[in-house]
Amino acid sequence: MMHNTGYKGLKIVTVRRISQIFFLLIFLWFCAVSTFGIEFWQLRNWPVNLFLNLDPLVALGTILATRTLYRGLLWALVTVILTMIFGRFFCGWACPFGTMHQFFGWLGNRKRKAADVMARNRYRKGQNIKYFILIVFLLMAFVPLNGSVSLQSGLLDPIPFAYRSVNIGLLPVADNIFHFASVTPRQYEHAWLIGGIFLFLLLMNLVIPRFYCRFICPLGALLGILGRFSIWRIGKTKPSCSNCKLCEKACEGACEPSDKIRISECVLCFNCLHVCPDDVLRYGTSESKAGEITNPDITRRGILASFLTGVLAVPMIRIAGKIGTNWHYRAIRPPGALPEEEFLRRCVKCGQCMRICPTNIIVPGGIEGGVENLLTPVLNFRSGTSGCQINCAACGFICPTGAIRPITISEKMGLNEYAEKGPIRLGAAFVDRSRCLPWAMKRPCIVCQENCPVTPKAIYVKEFYETVREGNYEMKEIRGTALHVEGTRMKPGKYATGDYFSLIRDQRYRITENSEDTITLEKAPEDMVDITLSERMEIQIRLQAPVVDVERCIGCGTCEHECPVSGLRAIRVSAENETRNRERSLFLRKR
Amino acid sequence: MNDLREDEKTISRRKFLIRMMKAGASITAAGALAAFLHDKKAPSGYAGGEVVQIPDFSLEKDARSLAIVSGENRKLTLEKAIDALGGIGRFIKKGDRVLIKVNAAFATPPVLCATTHPDLVREMIALCLKAGASEARVTDNPINDPASCFLLTGIREATESSGGKLILPKSEYFKHTTLINGNLIRDWPVLYAPFDGVTKLIGMAPLKDHHRSGASMTMKNWYGLLGGRRNIFHQDIHNIIKELAMMVKPTLAILDGTNAMMTNGPTGGSLSDLKATNMLIAGTDSVAIDAFGSALLERRLSDLPFIQKAADMGVGTADYESLKPVRITIN
Repeated sequence: MMHNTGYKGLKIVTVRRISQIFFLLIFLWFCAVSTFGIEFWQLRNWPVNLFLNLDPLVALGTILATRTLYRGLLWALVTVILTMIFGRFFCGWACPFGTMHQFFGWLGNRKRKAADVMARNRYRKGQNIKYFILIVFLLMAFVPLNGSVSLQSGLLDPIPFAYRSVNIGLLPVADNIFHFASVTPRQYEHAWLIGGIFLFLLLMNLVIPRFYCRFICPLGALLGILGRFSIWRIGKTKPSCSNCKLCEKACEGACEPSDKIRISECVLCFNCLHVCPDDVLRYGTSESKAGEITNPDITRRGILASFLTGVLAVPMIRIAGKIGTNWHYRAIRPPGALPEEEFLRRCVKCGQCMRICPTNIIVPGGIEGGVENLLTPVLNFRSGTSGCQINCAACGFICPTGAIRPITISEKMGLNEYAEKGPIRLGAAFVDRSRCLPWAMKRPCIVCQENCPVTPKAIYVKEFYETVREGNYEMKEIRGTALHVEGTRMKPGKYATGDYFSLIRDQRYRITENSEDTITLEKAPEDMVDITLSERMEIQIRLQAPVVDVERCIGCGTCEHECPVSGLRAIRVSAENETRNRERSLFLRKR
Repeated sequence: MNDLREDEKTISRRKFLIRMMKAGASITAAGALAAFLHDKKAPSGYAGGEVVQIPDFSLEKDARSLAIVSGENRKLTLEKAIDALGGIGRFIKKGDRVLIKVNAAFATPPVLCATTHPDLVREMIALCLKAGASEARVTDNPINDPASCFLLTGIREATESSGGKLILPKSEYFKHTTLINGNLIRDWPVLYAPFDGVTKLIGMAPLKDHHRSGASMTMKNWYGLLGGRRNIFHQDIHNIIKELAMMVKPTLAILDGTNAMMTNGPTGGSLSDLKATNMLIAGTDSVAIDAFGSALLERRLSDLPFIQKAADMGVGTADYESLKPVRITIN
C-alpha cells in the first residue's frame, strides 16, 4: 500500500508525527483548561475527558466492575473498532503518554550506534508483563471472590496516568508561577510521588525506548489483544530479505518486523516501511510472507500466576477492613461520591476532580485509608482556599466514570425537590475543646461560626462569662467610671478589648480601659454609695464558644480551613455522618 | 612496579606545572569562598522586613459629611447620595485613579446580600469614569476562592462591563505594613499592590450581622485588605476594626442597607436572613456611617465597642446627627 520507492508525497511517518503532536497538544490543552472560570480557555464545554472516554481500558474496567458503560465512555467503542480494523493505531498515533515516551526514546537514541539502537529495540520476553498486569487488573475488577471487586487499572492505565501526572505533578508548577488555575498557589498531597514516578518512567526511555509502552502498559496489552485479528497489518512481501535489521533499528514497538512480526506488539509507527532497502515491508491486508505471531507471548504459568493474583488481590486488600468497620474517618470524599464500595468500582484516579476543584481541596489520597485509597480523591481542608463551596458541584460533572456522580446545586444544598432528603453531607465537624481558643484558652474567636455557610448556621455559640486568672481584686475607690483596685498589677490595656467586664455585686460593667491598677468602666456602677471599699470584684471575660449542631453540619470543612489554630485544627471534619454511606451516620434515623 | 614508575616519569614538567597551577587556583578559590561566606554568629530568626504604609485618601479632615437616602433601587439611591454630598466631582477629579474596595468575601449570589451588590459597583465605576477618573479598580481578598467569589457575586461582570478593572489578590500583591500607634497591625501582610498609583479610595460594604463583632459595616470591610492568617485578629475584634479604621482612610465610604442581613451573618445564605431596610448611607465619616448602620441592624452602640473605640481615636463621630446628615427619600 505504502512504501519507500516511487512515492514522493507526504510520508506516512510524517502524518503519524503530526497526529501525535496534535493529540499531545490537545491533551495538554484539555488539562490546562480544566479550571473553574469564565475565560474562553477555561472549562467551557471543552471535551476535556476526550482521552479518558476513548480509553477502552477505562470502559472495560468499569463495565466489569459495574456492568454498565457510563456516559462518554461509549466513545471507547470507536477505539475498539478502529483497533480491530487497523491494529494498535492508538498507541502510535494518538496516545499522549505514548508520544511523550517516543520523544524521550528518540532523545536517548540520537547519538547511539546503529547496532546499539537495534539491541535496545529488540523484542524482549519481558514485554509479556503488561499482559499479566492487564489480567490482574481486570480480574480484580471482575471476580467477586468475597462479594467485592475493585477497579485499580487507573494506577497504570496510561490515560488516567498521564492526566494525573500532568494535573497533579506538572501543571501546578506552572500554576504557581503564572496563576493559571487560581490566584493562590495550588497544593496537592503526594504530588511528589505522582510527578516522581512520571519523570522516572520518562527517563526509562533513555535505557529502553518506549519502556512503559512495551513492558507495563495494560492499555497497550488490551489493544494488542484486540488488534490480533486486525484487517490491516505490517508484514513482509517476501519470506526472506537481506536481514539488515534497519527496520528493527527504527521500530517503536519492538515487534521484530524483520522476522515473524509480533502483531500484538506493533504500535503502527510505520518507521519500518521507509527504512527497508529491499522494500519488502508493507502495511496491507495480506499476511506476512515471513510468518506472523499474532498471540501475545504469554505462558500458561504466567496466566496462572496472574489469575491467582487477580482473584486474591481484592480479598487480601480488604482484610484491612478499610471499607468496613476500620474505615478511615479522614478519607472524606467529594460531594456526590458514591458509597465507598461502589466508588472503588469506578474511580480511575485520573485527578480531573482535583484539577477542576476551584478551592483546591480535592487531593490525591494516601494509603492511610487503605491501599485502594491511594491517589483517589479525598478532601484536605488544610490546603486550598476554603472548604467545599456550597454552590459548586464541578467535580461530579467532570468525573469521567461517575465515581462522583453529577449533582445539582439543589441536590447538594437540599433545596426544592430535595428539601425532604436534606443537603449532601460530606462528614461532620467536631470541636476539639482542648485546642479551641474560647474553650481551652479563654480567648474570643468563633471564626468557625462566622464562616459556617449553612443557613441557619450549623455552628452556634454557647455564651458565658468566665473570671480571668488572677482576676479577683479588692476595690479601693470608685470615682465616676474609674475604679481603683488592689491586687495583681494589670498590663495596661489588657482588658480594653470590649470583651472584659467587671463583676460588682452580681452586676457586670463593660471595661473600656485599664491601667496597672485602675479600671475604666463603660458606665458608673449604680448605687455605688453603699459599696464598701475593700469589697471584692472580679474581672470576667465574655466568651462565645462554638458548638456544632451535627444535624445541620454538611461537613464542608470551611470551619476547619479557617480555624486560626493553624497546626492541628481546633475544629476538624471527619467523614462520620456522611450521606453516601448510611452505616456511618451518627444519629438514629426516625422515619 | 617498574612499569608504573616509567608511567609516572612520562609526565612533563610543563604538564606538571599546569596541573599545580590549576590545583592551586581551585584551592584558593574554595578557601576564599569559604572565608567570604563564613558566618560566626547563629542566624537570628525572623527579624522583620521592609514595611509599607497605606496612604491617606480622605478629603476633609474636620468637616465630615453624611447622606442617608431611602429607596429600594440601589442605582438611584447611590446617585442621590453622591449628589447630596456635593456631587461626584467633589470626590473624583479628572485623571484620578480610583480603587474601590468591595466586600466579595463569599462565593454567593448577589440576592443573598452577603457581598457588595454589583449594581452599586457598576454605578460607582460609571460615576467615577464620568467624573474623569482615568482608572477604576476593584479589589478584595475574599474568604472563599477569589475567582469564584468575584464571579458568583456578580462583581466581576459589573466591574468589567462598566469599564473598571478587577484585581484578584495574588500572593505577590501582599506587602507587610505596620500601623503607627497600632498594637495589632504590626509587620502584617496587606493587599498593597492594588494601591499602586491610586489617588482615591472608596469603600463599599453591605450591612450585615456579625456574631463576633456585632456588625459588619464599612470599617469592618477593611478586614478584607489583610492577608496572612488574619483570623487570629478575631481574638481582639473591636481593636482590630479600630486599627483598620485608623489605617485605611478612604475618600468616600458607602454602606448598603437596602437589604440588611439581620441574622446568620456574615455568611447569610437565606432570604429569610434579610430585612428590607431600604437605606443607603454614604459619607466621609465611617464611624458615623457605621453608627447609623447599627441602628438599622437594631444593635445598641454599647454592643459594638469598635464604634466608640474608633471615635476615640479621632476616626469620626458616633453621633451621626451632629454631622447634620442630608436625608432624602426616593419613592
